[in-house]
This record gives sequence, C-alpha cells and structure tokens, in this order.
Amino acid sequence: MAIEALVREFEQVAANPQAQLKKYKEAGKKCIGVMPYYAPEELVYAAGMMPFGMWGSNKKTISRAKEYCATFYCTIAQLDLEMLLDGTMDLLDGVITPTICDTLRPMSQNIRVAMSEKLPCIFLAHPQYRKPEFGMKFCHDQYTHIRTELEKIKGSAIADADISEAIRVYNKSRAARRAFVKLASEHCDVITATKRAAVLKASWFMGKDEYTEKLEALNAELSALPVCNWKGTKVVTSGIICDNPTLLKIFEDNNIAIAADDVAHESRAFRVDADETGDPMTALCRQFAEQDYDVLLYDEASNKNRRGEFVAQMVKDSGAQGLVLFMQQFCDPEEMEYPYLKKALEAADVPHIKLGIDQQMRDFGQAATAIQAFADVLEMRK
Amino acid sequence: MAEEKKAKKTVSPGVLALRKVVEDVYADARTAKAEGKLVGWSSSKFPCELAEAFDLNVMYPENQAAGIAANRDGEIMCQAAEDLGFDNDICGYARISLAYAAGKRASRKVDFETGEYVMDPNSGKPLKDENGNVVIDEATGKPKKDPKTMQPYTVLDDIHEIAALPEGREKELRLAAIKPYRQMQMPQPDFVLCCNNICNCMTKWYENIARMCNIPLIMIDIPYNNTVEVHDSNVAYVRAQFDAAIRQLEEITGKKFDEKKFEQACANANRTAQNWLKVCDYLQYKPAPMSGFDLFNHMADVVTARGKVEAAEAFELLAQDLEENIRTGTSTLPFPEKYRVMFEGIPCWPKLPNLFKPLKENGVNVTAVVYAPAFGFVYNGLDEMARAYYKAPNSVCIEQGVAWREGICVDNKVDGVLVHYNRSCKPWSGYMAEMQRRFTKDLGIPCAGFDGDQADPRNFNEAQYTTRVQGLVEAMDAGIAAKEAK
Repeated sequence: MAIEALVREFEQVAANPQAQLKKYKEAGKKCIGVMPYYAPEELVYAAGMMPFGMWGSNKKTISRAKEYCATFYCTIAQLDLEMLLDGTMDLLDGVITPTICDTLRPMSQNIRVAMSEKLPCIFLAHPQYRKPEFGMKFCHDQYTHIRTELEKIKGSAIADADISEAIRVYNKSRAARRAFVKLASEHCDVITATKRAAVLKASWFMGKDEYTEKLEALNAELSALPVCNWKGTKVVTSGIICDNPTLLKIFEDNNIAIAADDVAHESRAFRVDADETGDPMTALCRQFAEQDYDVLLYDEASNKNRRGEFVAQMVKDSGAQGLVLFMQQFCDPEEMEYPYLKKALEAADVPHIKLGIDQQMRDFGQAATAIQAFADVLEMRK
Repeated sequence: MAEEKKAKKTVSPGVLALRKVVEDVYADARTAKAEGKLVGWSSSKFPCELAEAFDLNVMYPENQAAGIAANRDGEIMCQAAEDLGFDNDICGYARISLAYAAGKRASRKVDFETGEYVMDPNSGKPLKDENGNVVIDEATGKPKKDPKTMQPYTVLDDIHEIAALPEGREKELRLAAIKPYRQMQMPQPDFVLCCNNICNCMTKWYENIARMCNIPLIMIDIPYNNTVEVHDSNVAYVRAQFDAAIRQLEEITGKKFDEKKFEQACANANRTAQNWLKVCDYLQYKPAPMSGFDLFNHMADVVTARGKVEAAEAFELLAQDLEENIRTGTSTLPFPEKYRVMFEGIPCWPKLPNLFKPLKENGVNVTAVVYAPAFGFVYNGLDEMARAYYKAPNSVCIEQGVAWREGICVDNKVDGVLVHYNRSCKPWSGYMAEMQRRFTKDLGIPCAGFDGDQADPRNFNEAQYTTRVQGLVEAMDAGIAAKEAK
C-alpha cells in the first residue's frame, strides 16, 4: 500500500478513537481502558481483550468532571474522567488506573466512585524503587492483582504462555515504533509532524498485532525511499503529550520537523522491551524496573542530573538543532524537572522553548508566535 | 485596658514548653552545623525514629515553609523559586524550600553607607496614646506609625553570592541582614530524608534538593493505597526500605544502627502521638477549652520533634492546661463559641489572621482538624510502624479519608465543614468534592469550600472566603434550627 494510504488509515484511527472502540466491541472483544502511565498492557492483550489508551481528548470540554475536581488538575486526567462520565467510554469493560502522579492518585478514587455501578476499576500503584528485589516483588504483587482482576472480567484464567506471546507481540510493536521514529526523521518531508503524531497515537487504539503489521508496512515503504534532503530545521519534542494536529501544523508551517522525542505518550512508552524468556510476569516487572530518564520516576542517583543530560544528548544524537518542551499545564513532575532539564540543555548549548499547553486549548496564536521565533533561532544553528 | 491586654498575652506553661521544643530543635541543628556535624532535611512524615537512632539533627522543610509563609515571606521565596525555573503551579512549600535550598534568603534592606536598615513606610501599626487612642499626624491628617512596629523593606539575597564576597563590611552587613527568625536561619542540608506518603511531588522536590546541594537522598517510597487495610505486600515493601535506609544512614554517619536508641525514639514517638491525640480530644468538649487554630501552631512539635521525649512531655503539660481550662470554664478561644466546624486541609499560613477574622465575627470555633488522626498514630513493632507510615492524609483511599474525618466530626460535635481547596496540594484537594458530598449525606451537615493556598498569598481571595464562611454559618443555623425542631 502506498505511504499516503497507510498514513491516512493511522490518521483516521487517531482522529476517531470512539469508532475503534465500537469496532472492537462489535467484533466481540472486551475492551479495557488504560490510563497513563506504564500499565502492563500486555496482560490485557494476553487476556484476549483490547487495551484502549486513555490520554484525554483534544475535542472535549470539561464539564461533568468538575463535580469531582477543581480546575488546577491536568486536563488529560480530567478529560478521561469526563469521557467516562459522559458516555464516550460506555463500551469499556474495565479501566486500569495507575497512580504515579499526584493528580492520578485522587483521580483513581474519583473514577472508582463515579464508575461504581458502571465499570470495574483496576487499581495500580507502581513502586518507585524499581530495581531492588523488594521493589520487583511489590511490582509483581501489583501486576498479579491486575491479572486477577482482568481474569474476573475475562471469566477465566490468563495463561502464562499467553502473557509470553503478548510480550513478543508488544516487543515487535515497540521495535517497529522505534524504527518508525528514526524513519520519520529521515523522511520528515513525507512524515510531517502531524503525520508522525497520528501514526504513533493510533497505537493506543489498535490491537498491537494489527497495528504493527501496518506500521511495518509503512516502515518498509519509507526505508525504500532515499533519505530526504531536508532544508528546514529539526527539533526534539519533550513532555507528556503533543498530539494536537492544529498545534503540530504550526511546526510544519515553519519547516520544523521532529527528529526524535522524549514524550510520555510517544517514545517514553516504547523505549524498553520485556524479556521474551523466563517467567513472563517477572519479565514485565523487570521491564518497568528498566524504565529510566522519566520525570515520573524516582532516580536513585538523584544528586546527578541524569535525565536532563540524557535528553540533551538525545538532541545532539538526533541531529536536531533544538528542543521544544510541551509543558502540560498543572503537571507537577514535568514542572519540577524543568529547571534541571534547562540546565542540561544550556550546558550542552541546545536552544529550547517551553510551550504551555493543555487539551482544552483552542487558540494557538501565542504558540505560533513562539514557534515562529524559535524557527529563526534553529535556522542559525544549522 | 492595658491590664486586659496583658492578660490576653498570658501563655500557658504547656504552650511555652511546646514553643521551646521547636526552638531547641532548630537551635540544636544550628549548633550541630557550626560544629561540623551532619544536619539533614526531612519530609514531615518520614520515619523520624530512624534518624533519632543515629542521633542526627534533622530539620523539616514543610514546617519551615509554613513558618516562612506565616512570617509573610512566602511570596518573595515563591517568586525566587519561579525565577529559578520552577513553575508557579508547583506546591508553595516546595517552591519556598527549593529557593531556600538554592541559597535564597529573605533579607532586610540595608543602607551600606550607614549600616542601617531601610524602613518600609507602609509597614507598622498605628501609634496609640496612653488611653489607647490612635495618634494623628497633624501634618498629614493620617494616623502616625508606631516606630517600634515598623519593619525594613524585605529583599531577596543569596548566601552563595554573599560567601563569594571579599571579607569586609558588605559581606558582614548582608549576612547580618538575613531575617533572624528561625526558619530563615535553618542550616543547609548534608543529606535528605524523603518519604512520599505525603505526595509524589515530595519525590521530585527532594531529588532537586539532592542535586542542588550534591548530597545523598534516603528515600522511603509509599505507593498510594486503594484500600482501608494496608496489605502485607505493602508492609513488606516498606519494611525492606527501612532496612535499606538504615544501611544508608550507617554509611553516611559511619555509625552502627543503635537499636536501643531506636526503641527509645519509637517509645517517644508513640508517647508524643498519644499526648497529641489527648490534646486534640479536648476539642470534644462543648464549648471547647481551646481554639482549634492552636492545633495548627502545635503541629510544629508533632512534625519536628515527634521522636523526642521533650515533645511528649510538652503535650502532657498542655493537656494539664486544658484540663484546668475545663475546670475553670475558660478557653483560649477569644470569643464565645457559637458554632463548631471541621477545618479541612492545611491552613493558609500567610493569611492566618484573615482566616480567623470571619470565624471570630461569627462565633465559629474550629473543633476538628484532620491532622489529629493523621499524626496521632501509635504502633508496636516494625510491621506496625510500616503500616502507620503507610497512612498519611494523602496516601489513603477515599473510604479511609472519609472515615477519619467523619470520626472527628462526630466525636468533636461539628455543625459544619469548611473545606480549603488548596492550590498547592493536588493530592489533598483532588477528592474533596466527593468527600464533601459524603459528609453532608452521612452526617447531615453543611460544607463550604474556598480557594486558597498553604504558602503562596497570591492564591487566596479574602472576599470569597468571607462570603463562603457567611454561607456556611447560614446553613449551620438552618441545620441547628432543624435539629432543635425535631
């Protein structure tokens, strides 16, 4: 299939998750909502169910969620609750609520209360001590709880062999997405910022086997093209999410391509694979243990600036001229790590801008001005 | 008149003892630092028993930030953190603490020529004559200021900049100009102790301090709990961390863990907790023998000195004072108690007088605060200690949170609930709307919410607060009338 046709399919999925939910339900699949961050989706897949990513919405307005939370909360979490309350997610058979940030903690309670007569809520508390044996053990207990709750929804046990198979499917998908990120940079004339975001976003709303097959086809097509002679500039994106087509279009208008990303909704979610051998539950815990360089995770070497330096190095390695930080409004972890990210970027002589965003933004005039000005800075760095 | 004023200022032996405990904790840390000993900074609900076992001097940034905010320096310190790149959406305590860790200090403006402080003409209280009347300045027609109450301008300084100055007059003057109250004179840390049972923000806050000061961080991770019970899995996870923390402390101090000292600290912490609860329980009396706002001040002791015998004894003394108040029918509440409310959340420290004013005007006493059960935890042995530290205000599920609050609402006979939607505290404020619904449904009492902040005065709207208190009073009137009609 031609590149354009494949990209269009991903774009359609990304633009209309609700249609995907309906499609899977009609095909007889049970669907489980998966909120951010780091939930072991493989367990949902292994149960023969469809994990459905919940990362808010660029099209909804917060209204019913106001009955539960004040205004000063991340719109992703608020809009997830909104969609659970307004019927958008009525077809779900359950929802997994991780609690790794201060908004998700109380939100797990609000969702459980609000959905008490509607939907099973599966609670997840990750350990911040990820690598020591006691952290692995706690993670194992948490993941076992998720497995048990999913088994209740499924109506039967989840076999270890099915989890191992899910790990293989997911590793393949992660590898394909990592390859796509590189190809998108090499072919940024074809895979523009909006297209790149749509392709990656679609992964949250498609069965990973189906998604990976299509993505590998796209990757093959892209690999066959000569590397483009890009006349514009390139940036690395960083933040929780940057999937708004209107906002990303501004990058295209200014000839800015995305070379790589440090985004929770994108690369942070597929950096680390799980072992395909041995006990699959342990493999999933080990996978979480190996996660690193993330604002949401505790860094045992906390007196060093590992995460900031990692991101600055990513900019250098990717061939980008600068970094754009999409600062999700009211996101404490991102905000707390900003001064040291800034420090590392400045030390590495990487220019950056910080764009304040939330999912209810409809006017991007201010962002457009900032991006336009930044484009000039990047141009001088080429 | 003058006599009456004097009588008002009489402070009971218990309160004096509690003040001394906190003063001593700070003074001991300053001495320790001067002697080259290690000083740590700790989150408020880190297991202090572990540090006590190593005889370590530990300071508490949350308590410090509250004090800085109450001393009206919250805004300048928050602003300093924002200038370092920390967003103004971040917790006010964290911002104040991070600015302080980076070396920023609220200081008094100095005239380097004269060496005098430059007075702020907008500060100070009106001068009064011997009859208590305001003295008017004939030249301006406005009240004269009492020079004794006037304050210098507050400016921001930086200890690292001062340290880099050559020895001399400017260096001396700038060092001396840093505000003298204890929270602005807290020694810089040599290690940090973080327990994120309070919030996840704490994790990143302490990581930032560790980076700024290049010091070790000892972390106790308490993942959020979805059930009232703390499961064995969670206990095992925390127990193992206690062991790891002990090993880290052994490395930092070069000392072996002293089990006897640890047991003594546990005994002290339990005794402090019991006496704290005993003091809190005096609010069950109707009318109460104290103002609930007193508890906000006494919290400093529970936070900074829980593991010290002096804190346990000071609370015992306070309990005796309160017993005496009951016997004599007096109270520290400076007005007759007409209504009783639970105050939900951390107070707005920079605006305590403003918080108190409409309560006083309407005869409202705060007779319940969630800090009572939150810090009144008693345990026996390490497993129970792990369970106890698992239960902080923001680490418990909604059912536990509601049970704590409804328990004290009933025991302390409240007529309504005043809820602080605290801009600084996402985990705390995040399920308050649902809690409010439950309080009203389960207890039949009205609730009113207001927007504020524990440390940043810019996030408090006095007009809104006053209106909400007024609304709550009207609803309480209706509730009381309905009860009486029955």
